Amino acid sequence: MDPYSPRLPVLSAEPAGSSPQELGSRVQANWQRAGADRPTLQQPDRPGFLHRTGLQTVATGQQGLDFLTFIGQVALAGASMLRYPSRMRWRVFLHELQIGGFDALPIIGLTAFLLGVVVAYQGADQLRNYGANIFVVELVGYAMLREFAPLISAIIIAGRSGSAYAAQLGTMVVNEEVDALSTIGIDPLQRLVWPRILALAIALPLLTVFADIAGVFGGMVMASTQLDIGFAEFLARFGRVMQGTALLVGVGKSFVFAFIIVLVGCFQGLRTRGSADSVGRQTTVSVVQAIFLVIVADALFSVAFNVLGI
Amino acid sequence: MDGDNTVIDLQQVGTRFGSHTVHDGLDLVVKRGEVLGLAGGSGSGKSVLLREMIGLQRPSAGRVCVFGQDIQALGAEEALLLRQRWGVMFQRGGLFSALTVRQNVGLPLREHTNLDDALIDEIAEYKLALTGLPPEAGLKLPGELSGGMLKRAALARAIALDPELLFLDEPTSGLDPASSAGVDELIQRTQALLGPTMVVVTHDLDLLWRVTDRVAVLGEGRVLALDTMDNLSRHEHPIVQAYFIDRRGAQAAPAAA
Repeated sequence: MDPYSPRLPVLSAEPAGSSPQELGSRVQANWQRAGADRPTLQQPDRPGFLHRTGLQTVATGQQGLDFLTFIGQVALAGASMLRYPSRMRWRVFLHELQIGGFDALPIIGLTAFLLGVVVAYQGADQLRNYGANIFVVELVGYAMLREFAPLISAIIIAGRSGSAYAAQLGTMVVNEEVDALSTIGIDPLQRLVWPRILALAIALPLLTVFADIAGVFGGMVMASTQLDIGFAEFLARFGRVMQGTALLVGVGKSFVFAFIIVLVGCFQGLRTRGSADSVGRQTTVSVVQAIFLVIVADALFSVAFNVLGI
Repeated sequence: MDGDNTVIDLQQVGTRFGSHTVHDGLDLVVKRGEVLGLAGGSGSGKSVLLREMIGLQRPSAGRVCVFGQDIQALGAEEALLLRQRWGVMFQRGGLFSALTVRQNVGLPLREHTNLDDALIDEIAEYKLALTGLPPEAGLKLPGELSGGMLKRAALARAIALDPELLFLDEPTSGLDPASSAGVDELIQRTQALLGPTMVVVTHDLDLLWRVTDRVAVLGEGRVLALDTMDNLSRHEHPIVQAYFIDRRGAQAAPAAA
């Protein structure tokens, strides 16, 4: 007999009261009357803690390998696009440049400005104790240019654009649009991933420069109100003590962060399987992983720059 | 190479997802000009088999030959040429949501031909008309179409390049009976007009009765039976019987009672 449709006895359905107790006892009584025909489900054994840890570890490692494979495939797709430049979708590129770059200016500017204010404010107390007010210029300048501007830009863009990439590509996977592209003979990596890579590789360094300006301006405002250092004095010292490498280090890092954000976003988007709720999950994962990898990369840069003495 | 009558040749195809075996030594031959139905219960691997035929998924074992070429052994250029000979209609349409319906239908032409834009638009409108869509539907976005219209638009894109081979994945799923009947008719008309070989994945018995020449019933990881619907409905294998007799039983029941 078909195990999924056990033959239930004809059950009585006397009218019952509407209280939860009456309704519950009626359903329970009918259930008990089903007797031997009640299906029993053997609950599968829940894997133990070690087992689950092992499975999770293998899955994580596998995902890392898949990500490396994805990077390789993207690189190959890019190389073949150098041979056929007409496959580049410049409209998508310009669109993403506007959405991911230009439209992000206000939020990046405001955040970086506030970060400059905070750094200067935290430093002001300490510097005043030592009578070293003027060093707020170096503090704000190096902190913003080398670390905070690239990092805060990357984090905001990971949340803003990285998540959008994962959601867009994930929806396309669920809609079978990505399959349709392949079947028509269009490489999804060339059509969908590369315009976004180019757009963000240009937008993020530019946004970082903008964040540099906004952040230093925030520090300047704080310096003039808390430490009596006027704008002119601040800028004069800024020009004298700051080295160009500080700017280049920050912008260079943001270029790498852009690749991390796009690749993680697109990778997670294209890993979407099945239904719409999977899109949401992949989007969340993409933001978390992108920010995590950006910070890891930043730490590696710090070590490398330290060794190289930059 | 493909001078004989074989269009698709699956040899000992095996598919495994982890420890779960979907196909195990599956053989299937699709002949030129026929409409082959791929039937089977849920989870019997119909759609996976279709994805393997169009190169979206690699089987774990065996060979998949289309037009006499092993599609796993093809380079990028050869694969592209092969893809231009077939059209695929996806279950959920797979239309690009950012493009209008007409742009969707014209996309394969834009990619693979040197026709100019105005002509491509006209051809796209003609294909839409073939599938029974009004011209103004071409200017809408896929999201603005009803389920039945979406299936028609997807078919219009699949036949954009007048393919020799057409894959249809669940063409009637999610449609009401009237729209399903419309799709049956549409498939028959397309077959009469363009004469492509067709592979239709479906569990819609009405569709199988109306449009297919032969039907392959999948189960237990292989092709359980491959025959015309008439013969299949008298087939002795219990799974095949359960699959085909059910409906007739359901129709006979009230008469017996």
